[in-house]
Amino acid sequence: MPPFLGGAALGRGVAMTYLSVIVLLPLAAVAVKSFDGGLGDFWDVVTGPQAIAAFKLTLIVSVIVVAINAVTGTLIAWVLVRDDFRGKGAVNAIIDLPFALPTIVAGLTLLALYGPKHPIGIDVSYTRVAVGLALLFVTLPFVVRAVQPVLMSLDREMEEAAASLGATSLQTFRRVILPNLMPALLSGVALAFARAIGEFGSIVLISGNIPFKTEVASVFISGRIEGDDLSGASAVSVVLLVLTLLVLAVLSFVSRRRSRHES
Amino acid sequence: MRAKYGLRIVALGYLAVLLAAPVGFIFYRTFEHGIGAAWDSITTPEAQHAFWLTIELVAIAVPLNTIFGVVMALSLVRSKWRGRGLVNSLIDLPFAISPVVVGLALILVYGRKGWFGQWLIDNGIQVIFSFPGMVLATIFVSLPFVVREVMPVLREVGTDQEQAAATLGATGWQAFWRITLPAIRWGVAYGVVLTTARALGEFGAVSVVSGHIRGQTETLTLHVEDRFQSFDLTGAYTASVVLALLALITLLSMNLMKRRGDFA
Repeated sequence: MPPFLGGAALGRGVAMTYLSVIVLLPLAAVAVKSFDGGLGDFWDVVTGPQAIAAFKLTLIVSVIVVAINAVTGTLIAWVLVRDDFRGKGAVNAIIDLPFALPTIVAGLTLLALYGPKHPIGIDVSYTRVAVGLALLFVTLPFVVRAVQPVLMSLDREMEEAAASLGATSLQTFRRVILPNLMPALLSGVALAFARAIGEFGSIVLISGNIPFKTEVASVFISGRIEGDDLSGASAVSVVLLVLTLLVLAVLSFVSRRRSRHES
Repeated sequence: MRAKYGLRIVALGYLAVLLAAPVGFIFYRTFEHGIGAAWDSITTPEAQHAFWLTIELVAIAVPLNTIFGVVMALSLVRSKWRGRGLVNSLIDLPFAISPVVVGLALILVYGRKGWFGQWLIDNGIQVIFSFPGMVLATIFVSLPFVVREVMPVLREVGTDQEQAAATLGATGWQAFWRITLPAIRWGVAYGVVLTTARALGEFGAVSVVSGHIRGQTETLTLHVEDRFQSFDLTGAYTASVVLALLALITLLSMNLMKRRGDFA
């Protein structure tokens, strides 16, 4: 046994209890509550028209947002690694701002500039565009931070070889660089997606939470809670949770297979 | 050459429109009516209370999650046991769960009609719509950071020095305090900064379990929403700027630590 692990069993026991009480027990309560009225009630809640509308909006906007993220995130990582200009350090540092900034502040911030009191004549508040804008803001760092280190460690000789064989820079990017970035890009996209479908704070002010129009799944859940319909809220939560875990599992599987394939 | 400038302009333009302009603009709007107005709105009793309540939540959640994080990371990296892989992935759950669901989960356990509801009522303890529930929500959402930052550092430093210390007669505690902890200190510090930022800024989970009682269960983030909905924009903007400044301090310390700790 490694030296300092005399108290390891005790430490592990305490840590496991903490994890169970704080995280696992409450989540189990959600799962149990969602089937309070049996499978029939569960199904009725999650296929109700308002729930379906909320799921649809959440999924469609999240997919669009992560697709945009995949492109802009890779582009930003590229500029931060391969380009050189004054103030690059500062730009690199503010990429993490959406992680550090409270979500409600992010929402208010976007609303101040792109809302009804707009100084520049753009008002997206209470539209689906606003939901997308908020999600783009909060998920910005995921792809950048996933792709950046891989791009840094990429061997430049491969690109030079491709270029000397007559490849255009676009061909080099598609055939040489992109395949190398793919596992990292996918994991960044997966994390961004997981974040996007559960997001609440940044959306709540700017979207207006209009049912059937701008109400996302998390806002729908919060409405159920306020209406004291806890089993309904739980049912929708379970669907959201299963969806998140599924996406994370599939993409981690894909990226693991890809990286094993290459090594 | 032209392509290079094109890419740079697109990337920086995107960041400016999405990130820099909105955040910069909110600073402008805050001080639009002068520093006096901003100062008045952040020194109201409600704002002061919200600020200190937030600090209290951080002061409880961060130390607990730090101790948990170090113990859990040691346990996952330094020893082999059944179910280790499963626990390792369970730790990330708080990252994958919507904050609203976190709040709901706590209500289902500690609320009036929850699993422990009757027992809590009988013993006169209120968790939901009161401080303990907000503490639990804050701990939940900021739980994984220290574990996630410490684990890679622990793997990297290895066990050579710990074993040497043991050979020289150090007890487990001595080896931990003198060898392991100093070796992982930047990882721990980085995790603490991330935990603090998340705890300071949590909105959704705390919002669900707080009950929004002004001057009682309102944190700084809830105060922002409350001011906004009461049409007190200066109040909302000023509280936001305080939170944004705290976020900027977080960013700065992250960058300093990356350089000092020479990792990530």
